Amino acid sequence: MKHGRWRFLLGALVPALVLHVVFVLSPYAQAFWLSLTDWTGVAGEAQFVGADNYVRLGGDSLFLDAVRNNALLLLVVPLVTIALGLFLASMLRTSSSRLGQGYRIVYFFPQLLSLVVIAVLWSFVYNPNTGLLNSGLRAVGLGAMAQSWLAEPAFALVAVMVVLIWSSVGFYVVLFSAAIEGIPRELFEAALLDGAGKWATFSRVTLPLVRESVQVAFVYLGIAALDAFAVVQVMTVGPGGPDGATEVIGLSLYRTAFSYGKFGYASAMGVALFFATLTLAVLALRSGRKERLELA
Amino acid sequence: MTLLQARPTSPVAAPAAPKRPNPLPGLAMFCWAVVTALPLLWAVVSSFKTDDEILNSPWSLPASPQFDNWARAWTAASIGRYFFNSLIVVGGALLLTMLLGSLVAYALARYEFRGNRLIYYTFVAAMFFPVFLALVPLFFVVQQLGLLGTYPGLILVYAAYAVPFTVFFLHSFFRTLPSEIAEAAVLDGCSHGAVFFRVMLPLARPGLVAVGIFNFLGLWNQYLLPLVLNPDPDRYVLAQGLAALSVSQGYRSDWSGLFAGLTIAMLPVLIAYVAFQRHIRAGMTAGAVK
Repeated sequence: MKHGRWRFLLGALVPALVLHVVFVLSPYAQAFWLSLTDWTGVAGEAQFVGADNYVRLGGDSLFLDAVRNNALLLLVVPLVTIALGLFLASMLRTSSSRLGQGYRIVYFFPQLLSLVVIAVLWSFVYNPNTGLLNSGLRAVGLGAMAQSWLAEPAFALVAVMVVLIWSSVGFYVVLFSAAIEGIPRELFEAALLDGAGKWATFSRVTLPLVRESVQVAFVYLGIAALDAFAVVQVMTVGPGGPDGATEVIGLSLYRTAFSYGKFGYASAMGVALFFATLTLAVLALRSGRKERLELA
Repeated sequence: MTLLQARPTSPVAAPAAPKRPNPLPGLAMFCWAVVTALPLLWAVVSSFKTDDEILNSPWSLPASPQFDNWARAWTAASIGRYFFNSLIVVGGALLLTMLLGSLVAYALARYEFRGNRLIYYTFVAAMFFPVFLALVPLFFVVQQLGLLGTYPGLILVYAAYAVPFTVFFLHSFFRTLPSEIAEAAVLDGCSHGAVFFRVMLPLARPGLVAVGIFNFLGLWNQYLLPLVLNPDPDRYVLAQGLAALSVSQGYRSDWSGLFAGLTIAMLPVLIAYVAFQRHIRAGMTAGAVK
């Protein structure tokens, strides 16, 4: 039996580990090394340049645009999505179950679609002449507000934010309403008996008890906001324009590597993105731990 | 629920006035449903219109449905071919992911050995790394293996990036399964492999279904990996093909064909979802609830 045990374990673990090491771990490790070189893709010709790439990143105005845009996305998208998600989920709690089921089905639609499909769809919606948005505005007499949304530097990033929020709210409504259903009914009844209004019930009962779900949502949405590649690349002009208005780090990296062939420099962008993601995760985990101590 | 509704009429409750239901919650929920559904419906309706109708009356219904748009998108715009490519790549990757992921999760959850924790954390840590970081070296790894732009290359890479979450999810699932049945099977002379495939895997079915649905959608909607690793237009997957189509000059003027292609890309998933919606929502949110 001992012999069979090891044979089974080897058979179960080795294929997956080989795949993991070759396609996941080794590329991640190589990226850190490449970010310290000036490699342009020719085998054996990577010169070690130390921190040069990182110094250059600090003076690369397009990359700084990308960092600013990702930071804005990180600030706005998770907050608005979670607020809308919590609002709709607590509305769903009090609605009749049949209607609530119907709404849940519809809200979840965008979650099933590829971000590419969503980006193509919204590029039609934003189309200045024939799009759903502008022709809708004209139809209700607000034609003066019609814009060429993706070509105006002032609106392009907002247009991207709207798409990201639209595509993720439904998922978090479902997630939060599952968490809210897990709250014992007696607590809501007690709050009602104590004369708590809607807002007090939400902020004193619902919110503290779904806090863990909200934290998870912040991490997931934060990671999505640091990405935003597919929507920007497919939907915005350039892509990344106008005038760098929707440039994001992932797009800079992709272009630097696969259009310009500056693989060392692109890897440095990847490392920067990695540290941003890591910081986000650590912050969320730390605030999570504090919360648990307070409850205990 | 009954208790809650009964409360205001009970003698303790002060105001006896009949309570009018607040219209705000219903209105808010309805509005968001419209905001969500309207663009999707608009795309489906537009896919049946002529180019002229799309350009001149974006909000109206088609005078007569143009099924030709769909045929043109499927054949002339190669959406059919992309669909087929997606099926092969995602099907293969899903099978491989589920097999390898469940084996690793089971071995790590039910066997004690040195290095067990290390292997587990090696897999789990990979979930927190942005794929962008690996992108450049990954391209050269796949190129050196001669797998660039091939089905096996995409299948292996897709699986490699889907296995970590599968391991993470199923690991906790296998831990909660009772060990008595497995022990009885061992006493009856089952080998380790047989215990896994005949006893434990069937017991883990709910978890496998949940993570399988999650993986299917994740892989089906994959864009970044094929964009970099799959440069051959004949082998484009659906998302990649649609993106290429929407920016290519040749189809810029064929609005109705583009709308039809878009609808073909989104309708099957939405229909499958409405049929199995409870399972799918449970599977998709399970990862975040853990």
